[in-house]
Amino acid sequence: MDILIPMLAAAIRSGTPVLYSVLGEILTERSGVMNLGLEGLMLVGAFAGFAVTQSTGSPYAGLAAAFLAGVLVTLIHAFLCITMGANQVVSGLALTMFGGGMSGMLGRGHIGETIKGLSPFRIPILGDIPLIGPVLFHHDIMVYISYILVAALGFFIFRTRPGMNLRAVGENPRASDAMGLSVAGIRYFYTLVGGGLSGIAGGYLSVVYTQMWVEGMTSGRGWIAVALVIFSIWHPFRAALGCYLFGGIDALQMRMQAAGTSIPAPLLLMLPYLMTLVVLTFISIRKRQGILLGAPASLGNPFRREERE
Amino acid sequence: MTKWRLEPRASSSIFFSAAITSASLCAALVAGGVLMTLMKVNPLVSYSEILRGALGSGYGFSETLVKAIPITLTGLACLFSFKMMIWNIGAEGQLVMGALASAAVVRYFYFDSHVAMFILMFAASAISGGVWGAIPGFLKGRWAVNEIIATLMLNYIALYTMDFMLYGAWKDPMSMGFPMTAPFPDSARLWRFGNTRVHAGIVIAVIVSFLAWIVMRWTQWGFEIRVIGESQRAARYFGMSIMRNILLVMFVSGAIAGICGFGEVAGLQGRLSRGFAVGYGFTGVIVAWLARLNPLAVPLVAFLMGILLVGGDTLQVVMALPLSSVQMIQGMILFSILGGELFSKYRLRRVGAAGRSDVPTEGAV
Repeated sequence: MDILIPMLAAAIRSGTPVLYSVLGEILTERSGVMNLGLEGLMLVGAFAGFAVTQSTGSPYAGLAAAFLAGVLVTLIHAFLCITMGANQVVSGLALTMFGGGMSGMLGRGHIGETIKGLSPFRIPILGDIPLIGPVLFHHDIMVYISYILVAALGFFIFRTRPGMNLRAVGENPRASDAMGLSVAGIRYFYTLVGGGLSGIAGGYLSVVYTQMWVEGMTSGRGWIAVALVIFSIWHPFRAALGCYLFGGIDALQMRMQAAGTSIPAPLLLMLPYLMTLVVLTFISIRKRQGILLGAPASLGNPFRREERE
Repeated sequence: MTKWRLEPRASSSIFFSAAITSASLCAALVAGGVLMTLMKVNPLVSYSEILRGALGSGYGFSETLVKAIPITLTGLACLFSFKMMIWNIGAEGQLVMGALASAAVVRYFYFDSHVAMFILMFAASAISGGVWGAIPGFLKGRWAVNEIIATLMLNYIALYTMDFMLYGAWKDPMSMGFPMTAPFPDSARLWRFGNTRVHAGIVIAVIVSFLAWIVMRWTQWGFEIRVIGESQRAARYFGMSIMRNILLVMFVSGAIAGICGFGEVAGLQGRLSRGFAVGYGFTGVIVAWLARLNPLAVPLVAFLMGILLVGGDTLQVVMALPLSSVQMIQGMILFSILGGELFSKYRLRRVGAAGRSDVPTEGAV
């Protein structure tokens, strides 16, 4: 127990930034737009969050800035993919390079500086439940918000009218257009919100998780988020599961390093990426067998009203 | 009321697409300049430093060639898979595996002969990179595993495998703790031009470019790759095996990247050391796209990217700008190329209020 509880709590903390990013990307991809630039967006969000927290002293302002930065940078991707009908894979890669480059450039001279971010607090009553309390309810506010967000999005996507419109646009833009929905408008909205959530994910890393700025500090979490979206089969509940699984592996890996096992560090560091690949393969096999549903039908396809498919 | 509408272009000449590409490049540089100004960096000074560093001296020019070698090869690696609409983003990892295999040959199968070492290291790196590429190819062909994620995860796995060897069994006891192997003996090195750092990899890069062009343009296999890239359904109708082609293309793509790794360790570094492949895999993506998937244009575009990279090194020294400034400009170039592509596929037409074209459309579908 003495080992298990801190491990599980660490898994939640480590999975939370990825969770924000995955939830955002689920919204984006549900609308039919693929944004592979999560890694770049997280880095931009991480720097914006760090810089604003450092200059204003308020971690909340920092996280708001991280969201805004994510939205602003995603605007490029949205314009190219939705208005211009550009290749979404290449645009996403460009976003990764651009975001990584810009954050590194802005962050020069701040590397390793620390800030005072958010601290964890215990939720009364819920936090007193044995096992569950210390694992789930001894965290910072952003973790609690992510719990609510998972539930809210799960309800929104599947149980509300706007959520249905969102899914309709991602599955069949032509029919949605005929129904009078603005395909471009809906895609813009969810692509930008999704980008903003990735910004928050980065902000969480710098403002809460590490409370400092390091160039390239996401170290592939954005790509793992893209993989976890596939794992989640575009469902917020499964997204939470996948992210905490990843967080668990990350926490395990760090704990083993700290405990000084005989396993060399590079092999431990490799673990999250290896597991992601294994899990992704497993999910794809299940999809092939028809056990799991696939991606939104028009994912990655630009929509132009006057063209036929 | 007049509105603008996009209409498909019937065809576009090679000059036109070259003009569009150049215009996109200029737009990216201007936008990059604006961003730099916002970051309180003088863009004119930066750009002239880049040009001066990369082309201003014989040394700078040779260094640009040195950078163009790996980028040409990773660009070709990406091109092969992109032609088939398979997104191999893992050139970096395949390159690392190629380099690892080269180092393994030097360590375990060393002969004191230039020719033997060249053949062995070349073959080992190509096979090793090729297998590293074929793994995601197999996963994609067999179970439709997303190849973008798979190749990216394999990048990290390859990099940590290299770390594992370099911090462990292969570490040079004389390196004072730096993660690198002992220097390769002379016969395991590629020869160099004069006293520059330009190595024989440049010949390999040019040959591979021509071979890639011949394969794409003149062979049955190249035809199959192009058809599958255009439409998998059509390819199936023709009886082409998608699985076999994905495997083959990913193997070749990985093999080219693996050979690139061999060139870097045997030609340039003379040993395997951590961080020898700074982002060449990603730069390959830009090069392939900028070259519009034309193998013969790849070396040219790689040279342009080489200017940016060597210039970036100069910026680091002269203006204390991090290497990420180059990465930022690379991202912007890719953005504007994507934007510019629209103008080579479509044209803007003024249309009347009713949405009818003012000019009769000829050739528009």
